[in-house]
Amino acid sequence: MKEYRTISKIAGPLVFVEKTEPVGYGELVNIVLFDGTIKRGQVLDTSDDLVVVQVFETTAGIGKDSGIRFLGETIKMPVGKEMLGRILSGGGKPIDGGPEIMPEKRLDITGAAINPYARASPEEFIQTGISTIDGTNTLVRGQKLPIFSGAGLPHNNIALQIARQSKVLGSQEAFAVVFAAMGITKEEANHFMHDFERTGALERAVVFLNLADDPAVERIITPRLALTTAEYLAFELDMHVLVILTDMTNYCEALRQIGAAREEVPGRRGYPGYMYTDLAGIYERAGIIKGKKGSITQFPILTMPGDDITHPIPDLTGYITEGQIVVSRELHRKGIYPPINVLPSLSRLMNLGIGKEHTREDHKKVSDQLYAAYAEGNDLRGLVAIVGKDALSERDRMFLEFADLFENRFVRQGYNEDRSIFETLDGGWNLLATLPVEQLVRIDRDLINKYHPKFRQEAKEQG
Amino acid sequence: MEVKEKKEKGQEGVLRRIAGPVVTAVNIDAHMYDVVKVGHEELMGEVIKIQGDETIIQVYEDTSGIRPGEPVTNTGLSLAVELGPGLLTSIYDGIQRPLSVLVDKMGDFIQRGVSAPGLDHQKKWEFRPLVKEGDKVSPGTIIGEVQETNIVHRILVPPNVQGGTVKSIKTGSFTVEEIVCTLDTGTQLAMMQKWPVRVPRPVTEKMNPTIPLITGQRILDGLFPIAKGGTAAIPGPFGSGKTVTQQQLAKWSDAEIVVYIGCGERGNEMTEVLTEFPELEDPKTGKPLMERTVLIANTSNMPVAAREASVYTGITIAEYFRDMGYDVSLMADSTSRWAEAMREISSRLEEMPGEEGYPAYLAARLSEFYERAGLVRTLSGNNGSVSVIGAVSPPGGDFSEPVTQNTLRIVKVFWALDAKLSQRRHFPAINWLNSYSLYLDTLHDWYDKEVSPEWNVLRSWAMEVLQKEAELQEIVQLVGSDALPEAEQLTIEIARMIREIFLQQNAYDAVDTFCDMAKQYDMMKAIKGFADLAYGAQTAGVSPAQIISIKSKNDLPQIKFIKDYRPELERIQKSMDSEINILRSSA
Ligand SMILES: Nc1ncnc2c1ncn2[C@@H]1O[C@H](COP(=O)(O)OP(=O)(O)OP(=O)(O)O)[C@@H](O)[C@H]1O
Ligand SMILES: Nc1ncnc2c1ncn2[C@@H]1O[C@H](COP(=O)(O)OP(=O)(O)O)[C@@H](O)[C@H]1O
Ligand SMILES: [Mg+2]
Ligand SMILES: [Mg+2]
Repeated sequence: MKEYRTISKIAGPLVFVEKTEPVGYGELVNIVLFDGTIKRGQVLDTSDDLVVVQVFETTAGIGKDSGIRFLGETIKMPVGKEMLGRILSGGGKPIDGGPEIMPEKRLDITGAAINPYARASPEEFIQTGISTIDGTNTLVRGQKLPIFSGAGLPHNNIALQIARQSKVLGSQEAFAVVFAAMGITKEEANHFMHDFERTGALERAVVFLNLADDPAVERIITPRLALTTAEYLAFELDMHVLVILTDMTNYCEALRQIGAAREEVPGRRGYPGYMYTDLAGIYERAGIIKGKKGSITQFPILTMPGDDITHPIPDLTGYITEGQIVVSRELHRKGIYPPINVLPSLSRLMNLGIGKEHTREDHKKVSDQLYAAYAEGNDLRGLVAIVGKDALSERDRMFLEFADLFENRFVRQGYNEDRSIFETLDGGWNLLATLPVEQLVRIDRDLINKYHPKFRQEAKEQG
Repeated sequence: MEVKEKKEKGQEGVLRRIAGPVVTAVNIDAHMYDVVKVGHEELMGEVIKIQGDETIIQVYEDTSGIRPGEPVTNTGLSLAVELGPGLLTSIYDGIQRPLSVLVDKMGDFIQRGVSAPGLDHQKKWEFRPLVKEGDKVSPGTIIGEVQETNIVHRILVPPNVQGGTVKSIKTGSFTVEEIVCTLDTGTQLAMMQKWPVRVPRPVTEKMNPTIPLITGQRILDGLFPIAKGGTAAIPGPFGSGKTVTQQQLAKWSDAEIVVYIGCGERGNEMTEVLTEFPELEDPKTGKPLMERTVLIANTSNMPVAAREASVYTGITIAEYFRDMGYDVSLMADSTSRWAEAMREISSRLEEMPGEEGYPAYLAARLSEFYERAGLVRTLSGNNGSVSVIGAVSPPGGDFSEPVTQNTLRIVKVFWALDAKLSQRRHFPAINWLNSYSLYLDTLHDWYDKEVSPEWNVLRSWAMEVLQKEAELQEIVQLVGSDALPEAEQLTIEIARMIREIFLQQNAYDAVDTFCDMAKQYDMMKAIKGFADLAYGAQTAGVSPAQIISIKSKNDLPQIKFIKDYRPELERIQKSMDSEINILRSSA
């Protein structure tokens, strides 16, 4: 293989190489340092006279004397069944002391788009045991549902609780977990690893670790390696895969860094204009394919800079994913775990996975009514702060109380508390029963008669 | 001066540079928007810039692995769609490749280098001629028809061929390519025609719309209607209801043909449409909704250049059905993703960026697109229309950004989605104070005649109550609701009823998902009926608290969920009457 020594410029993570033979766009590149170390990169721009290479590791040690080898193919990931239980670096190299992965296949890490015509609708209810998810923001198999959090909030525990408790009712099969860490601290990573070990999840997991002190640019490929692995497990080995990507904010920062090095015209707040398309290339790699048994469910975690949901990272994510679970600093301060604020949270696929065939016929309406009542009570808190409780009408006072009850009984639960969907829904009804029946305008009469605790009680007494 | 001979089509040039979806070639004599084949794999591309000896091409497929030096062939043709029987029920990517055919050819994932014609060229369709030998035909004339689904597909003389006298015309079963009609001029016509997507199809005349597109959505038909042939924008932050609203329109609006473009959005949303529409019935015809629908899906992770093309592909198909005399409605979800595709391509061209990095021609492209909507007299003298409803996804939900602003300058209807409403699960989360329809005046007569002479009055009344509520809420925020005068306490309650009963509409409730004008009218009248009783009682000395707590009024919201609601509504109205009377007599 030909080795070039025609580097003309090195800037940030980019290396510019001149006078090469024709090189393919997106081709994998090896950069050979004087001591024989090999760094990896990828072609970003190729022409007759100049090739721009993005290096996935630090450019430390690269100089004009370094050799450049173009490998003639795009980046591939070796995958195989024995990856389960393994811990790999953010660049896909084993770091658990075990042997190299024996590849059964080598797959392109960019991944092709699933043909929308080949997709099957995700509609299988996943019970996470967390009321604010199951009851009001239901997750289904094949969904991509991110956690929007903030620095210092317990998003990792929420993710772990979900990973631990998630099950599809009536199915024995456990999820396989693909975990990709991007720029998180060693301590956070240990937290995840200990829990995986404690619960035995590690045996069914593939872990990719790019930690805070690992090269930032490597983060560009970490989620792609993880999703390539997930696709292999799901669509070739028929597994149901849960993918946890954390922290997507660090991924986006790496993307911004490359954009800046290329001197691109930046988009909003300095992030590249193509960040939407780039993120879509990650998040859309979830779902179910007609005629295949497996599925990919994605849980990206991101920390919102300044707790700002309009920041480009959560904003563009929310525009791509099928909803979001929003972790709230305010609830956390009140000492409520899991501090999930249901109001800005959403599961777009909820309606496909609930109701008679999946959970219970009253699910949708109970959820709507809980939202409406909590939102109203929550608004009144602002009012009370100004005019005092006494200026409230009788009706308003009931809603105000409802908001507190909702947070303390429905939202609050234990880190190891695994509620069934029926416990969650009945819990919701018990809260709604604190309001006058005629205030339950979102629910049809029939359902009220069937499920409202008051009428159930009456029915019991009569029957 | 020497006249340089135009190079033959099919001539080859060479690739010089590849950087993502934009590549540079030399040695081809191309024209703007010519379609070219790029590289050994013959990826489809389109010329978007010519500069010195360089031709810049946007490629509709992934360019990984393509090298400088590979060949580029100019087809000499523009990006065009195939128009003819077989469009309905199809799902296409942005450049009209049928996604079902792509699955057959390359499996579940979209690979590149596979071409597939927009129409099935093998399938035979029963062609019934509607002209006979000796008849004069001209561009746009309907020469025959095909029963495509439950929709009759009219076969037109293409707008870009010369007319003449019919020399022969056939009856029977033909493929879309077989000649069915020959003119004395020698022109031969098949059922299929091609049309370049970036060129609007010609019409005789554009007219002012006067009929509403009835959508079955109360806040739209009732407060902010769009006309058939009109334009509307629906901007909102993520999760506020752009897609659901557009899907509701695709399902329930009384258009004859629906073109739905998923432009840079989610794969699963298209799957949802694909699974749901065949099962749903058109409330007017009782036939599966899919039979009147054409889908275009170029999801967020599919090539960005094809995303740019998708809206043109969609609107051209819409115009084609309009030319048959149909009322077509087109939804584009989301025009922001289209604008971003333009921005991405533009920045790779190193063009001088305008506002927020969008190209300077953003406004022009948007208005050219919405200008293709309209109620028209077709070339054959029929009326047809294309209504265009575009979703807009403003970054951070901030409407002051360029795509929203440039769109609002063009469209006549603005449905402003509001995150505060969607967070309360008030759906559709359309803000009634900020939204508007500029068609109210022109549609006034239609509502007068077709709904009730009272309707326009009721509408104004409801809007006034909502406005008034907003003012009162500001006072409440300062002093609490008990401090309001009695009449105004009632106003607050009545506004709540308008919001909760009339405006809120659950897309996922089997009955409430669609509400015809008669029911809309009855519901609004019932609320107004209560308002009249309430104010009357209050003047007669009954306290608002008593009025508000009458029992029968609580049954009113249930009307939404009842299909044959009339008996129940009458019962409620009677009970409200008598309950208020009892209060009045004891006051
Ligand atoms: N109870 C409610 N039910 C339905 N919609 C409501 C309700 N309260 C407020 N809205 C809607 O939300 C919008 C904003 O509400 P509001 O005026 O209370 O917020 P705000 O904080 O003052 O707004 P801003 O931040 O823009 O000044 C209103 O215009 C109205 O459309
Ligand atoms: N008319 C409606 N009725 C009931 N729910 C709705 C309605 N409109 C929106 N929703 C809810 O809001 C969610 C987000 O709507 P969607 O149209 O996907 O938002 P956007 O396209 O603006 O991001 C939906 O998944 C649904 O739960
Ligand atoms: Mg949407
Ligand atoms: Mg305000």
